[in-house]
Amino acid sequence: MKLTPAPWLTLRLRQLPLSLRIDRRTPAVVLGLTILAGVALIVNVSQGEYRVPPLEVVKTILGLSADPDYTFVVNTLRLPRALVALLVGMGLAVAGAIMQGLTRNPLAAPEIVGINSGASLVAVALIVLVPTAPIFSLPVAAFMGGLGAAIAIYLLAWNQGSAPIRLILVGVGLTAFTGSLTSLMITFGNIYNVSQALVWLTGSVYGRSWEHLWPLLIPLMVFLPLSLLLARDLDTLNLGDDLALGLGNRVEQKRSLLLLCTVALAGSAVAIAGNVGFVGLMAPHLARHWVGASHSGLMPTAALVGACLVELADVLGRLLFAPIELPCGVITAAIGAPYFLWLLYRDGQRATQ
Amino acid sequence: MLQIRSSLYRPLGLGIGLGLLVLSLLGSLLLGAADIHPQRVWAAIFDFDGSTEHLIIRTVRLPRALLAAGVGSALAVAGTLVQGLTRNPLADPGILGISAGASLAMVMAIFWGYGGAVGFAFAGAAIAAVTVYWLGSLGRSGLTPLKLIIAGAALSYLLGALTTGILLLSQRTLDEIRFWLAGSLAGQNLESLGTMVPYLAMGLFLGLLLGRPLTLLNLGEDVAQGLGLQTIWVKGAAAVAVVLLAGTSVALAGPIGFVGLVVPHMVRFGVGTDYRWIVPYAMILGGILLSVADIAARLLIRPQELPVGIVMGLLGAPFFIYLARSRRKQT
Repeated sequence: MKLTPAPWLTLRLRQLPLSLRIDRRTPAVVLGLTILAGVALIVNVSQGEYRVPPLEVVKTILGLSADPDYTFVVNTLRLPRALVALLVGMGLAVAGAIMQGLTRNPLAAPEIVGINSGASLVAVALIVLVPTAPIFSLPVAAFMGGLGAAIAIYLLAWNQGSAPIRLILVGVGLTAFTGSLTSLMITFGNIYNVSQALVWLTGSVYGRSWEHLWPLLIPLMVFLPLSLLLARDLDTLNLGDDLALGLGNRVEQKRSLLLLCTVALAGSAVAIAGNVGFVGLMAPHLARHWVGASHSGLMPTAALVGACLVELADVLGRLLFAPIELPCGVITAAIGAPYFLWLLYRDGQRATQ
Repeated sequence: MLQIRSSLYRPLGLGIGLGLLVLSLLGSLLLGAADIHPQRVWAAIFDFDGSTEHLIIRTVRLPRALLAAGVGSALAVAGTLVQGLTRNPLADPGILGISAGASLAMVMAIFWGYGGAVGFAFAGAAIAAVTVYWLGSLGRSGLTPLKLIIAGAALSYLLGALTTGILLLSQRTLDEIRFWLAGSLAGQNLESLGTMVPYLAMGLFLGLLLGRPLTLLNLGEDVAQGLGLQTIWVKGAAAVAVVLLAGTSVALAGPIGFVGLVVPHMVRFGVGTDYRWIVPYAMILGGILLSVADIAARLLIRPQELPVGIVMGLLGAPFFIYLARSRRKQT
């Protein structure tokens, strides 16, 4: 092995009792991803049936454009949707990073804590059984459903402590149970409502407006910083319960706090956009590939990767078969699966070297 | 938990199981949307007179009873083989992409107007499984259980996304296929059952033959090889058996979950780790389980019926959670 300069950067804040130890590559990667996310956002806003030149998009967002058409199309129709896509990606990606850290399983995703299954059950029930319900009740109901399922899994998995393997297993079981109820409604519901429910189940940011943005932004502003504060505890928990205890970590307390972050982040993302799959699984992987496994650097990177993924998926979903729109969840799954297969192939190659 | 270990008790248990299977088959013939007297059921089979009741028994209930038992056995044995092969207690035939492949093939066939025939589903299942095996064996480290599971999960996701995409574009397809997608034994005749029976029988026979080599394989690959086992052949044969069994099941009855996952666990509780006994026990228990679930599916909301896949999920999931909870604290 070649000698390289220390691969770590240590950031210490003078005012706050906080220090971050991050991989040296992190700042450059974060910068690059921020630019990519910005470009994707502008492309997403500028494309569509009514085209707005990218430069005009920037002007309109900054309030420098006087054209009322542009202002309406950009600020009222497309910008909130594009921003929702960014935030959904961030929430899912960080939730996924925490789940992978907690369970020490690179295949873990926020789905495991039952957020998606609970939210799906309640959302499909609402769409199929009460089609007249006001449109804003859907995210609230979905969030409550996700939260309910997460609490049920935590309680059911509690047996002298909350071992990650039991969380996974109980999660699989509860997901199957709620999945059966969901497919019951899919099978017997009115076909038009079932079609609507299927779009939600796939994950879509279609028609999301400013009213959807705020309920997503506020939990993210609370729980993203909290997750970052807990990043070091996640690093120690990742060593296994016994070692973490030995290092003076309050294992159960930290674990429940981190689970709370996952539930809040993934829950609000799923409540707004439905089951956008594979982001929580893929984003942490890509981030780990670029900035290593230390969670202080991994979390912000994963958040940006997630934001880029969902934004680009939305762009593709809108443009590929225009004027028919595919939900971004179809695109993330269609990108995510081959990515995973490639990971598999690469690991196979590496194992032989 | 009751352990059936002694050399006398195992065959005895198998006999009792067979008896229960026959009972559940009879139950499947006797119970249904129409009330038909047991004597008439008897007459329908041995003294057919062409009346409506006799037609119901002969063309609806008899094929369905056989289908439930056959599919249940096949799924249970396929699950046993997958779990034995991957040494992963959470593995399920669905994990090899078989259900997803069959679903996509069915949805495509209906979307392009060919109607849903068992042949499409079986072809889809087989292609998906072969692809998963191929992807899982990429790289020079060869086929490892973990790679197999990851490849299966990833391919299932991809095929699922394509299926959803088609269903979103075509509401007609969604309406036609949604009952099948939930997993149902309804609407199959003896003819389509007949075309699948040879594959099913071949799979079950192969599964029974694999009992001893799988037991050895579970001692660890090195040990098994040291004992003179050709592990590559065992794995290949098991893979073929799983594709035959799970492929025919999903073609006939749609994606039914949990039988393949739960039955091997229940059997292992009873008979231990010897696959020579696990496979036949799983075969019988799977048949009983799906027959009973199908009776429940027909009776719960008479005169309509539930897809049996949903009943299996609602019954199987609580049991699975109980299993997971009973594991002691471990990290």
